Amino acid sequence: MIEIVQEYWQAYLWNDGGQLSGLAMTLWLLVISVAIGFVMSVPLAVARVSKNPWVRGPVWFYTYVFRGTPLYIQLLLFYTGVYSLSVVQSSDLLNTFFREGFNCAALAFALNTCAYTTEIFAGAIRSTPHGEIEAARAYGMSTFTMYRRVIIPSMLRRALPFYGNEVILMLHATTVAFTATVPDILKVARDVNSATYASFEAFGIAAALYAVIAFFLVWLFRRCEMHWLAFLKPQSH
Amino acid sequence: MKKLVISVALALASTGVMAKEWNVVRFGVDANYAPFESKAADGKLVGFDIDLGNAICEKIKAKCVWVENDFDGMIPALKAKKFDAILSSLSVTDKRKEQIAFSDKLFNTPVRLVARKGSSLQPTVESLKGKRIGVQQGTVMESFAKAHWGGKGVTVVPYQNNDLVLADLVSGRLDGSVQEVVLADTAFLKTAQGRNFGFAGGNLNDVKILGVGTAVGLRKEDNDLRLLINKAIADMHKDGTYQRLSKKYFSFDIYH
Repeated sequence: MIEIVQEYWQAYLWNDGGQLSGLAMTLWLLVISVAIGFVMSVPLAVARVSKNPWVRGPVWFYTYVFRGTPLYIQLLLFYTGVYSLSVVQSSDLLNTFFREGFNCAALAFALNTCAYTTEIFAGAIRSTPHGEIEAARAYGMSTFTMYRRVIIPSMLRRALPFYGNEVILMLHATTVAFTATVPDILKVARDVNSATYASFEAFGIAAALYAVIAFFLVWLFRRCEMHWLAFLKPQSH
Repeated sequence: MKKLVISVALALASTGVMAKEWNVVRFGVDANYAPFESKAADGKLVGFDIDLGNAICEKIKAKCVWVENDFDGMIPALKAKKFDAILSSLSVTDKRKEQIAFSDKLFNTPVRLVARKGSSLQPTVESLKGKRIGVQQGTVMESFAKAHWGGKGVTVVPYQNNDLVLADLVSGRLDGSVQEVVLADTAFLKTAQGRNFGFAGGNLNDVKILGVGTAVGLRKEDNDLRLLINKAIADMHKDGTYQRLSKKYFSFDIYH
């Protein structure tokens, strides 16, 4: 056990002989896909609850497709499928982008988490208390201002616990990234396993690293909830 | 209590007897490596290793059971008794010998660099500088590429399985790949997908990493099974079974 840690700690944490690997790679992949997914999901959630079927429909279709198919298949499609198209190969920009396994994985993960997050946020918008909207109307807010000042901030607050869950699920979902040759924590564990055949130690260290990240995420979202959901706490005075 | 002791004792005794007689031999195989082991359209396992394994079972009068397992988890699974022997193009190496025992040699296939035809790539650091070379993770090809080229300006990209390596070679993500000659020839170069590809340079040499050939991998404590299999292999060479089976797949001598 100690020999494995001594020999492979660098690969597990951040560097596998010249390239980013292990914990650093998993975190980078998680941060980039969750960030893109979050930014895109807020407008998509607003579109998802629109009264206009031409606005609502495409978003419904998008979330249906990405929530209805396994992430692993989405990754394979983006990694091997898209790159084999001649349109992609002939365009310089697309070629450079899809050539890198990391970009394919980040894109697949971002679209996937965005679909789930959109539904979480849309659900939270639907359950906005009537009173908040009436109050906004009474102030004479336009629809845009009402969304900006009332509905979206309120929705983000109420969705926070569910969103925290989604981020942790996304962390675990990153373990399929090696299919696109991204050297994440699990890939390093497989390397160690095939070099030493000490399976329990190799995968045990990986499990511990994921547990540490999950613990940190739980703590982080707990802090955010304490901050933004403070108004829900029982008042003492 | 008494009943429990008796039943446990009986259970132990019965497994002990089974292990000695070897009525059933379970072979671990990763069916992702034609023509040695792959799956036919109807889901049946086919290939040279499969034929050899079935012939070995016939010789030692045991029933063959094939257990599919990922290649990189083969040795742990053998030790965990998920099966009794590995028969999956497993090269004999010193590192593996620390963990498991090997039978006598089954066959030997050289390893070469595969690249696009007319690309002028050679298996040297100078020629491969700045190029991307794909290898299957956990194989001797990966160890070779990492030891000889990794960290010297050559990007060695490990893949989860060989299908993904070949797919990326075709799509152009990779400039080359280290492959076993027979596998690359029959499963790739002779197919429509691989017709623009060929071997670059000669056989790669490093006995320490690449080993001397493949063999059946066994648990160290199952010496009786090892002896049985060795005898079966020797018999197959003597009575011409081996030559007959190898002719079915290869046009050259796969043993020496």
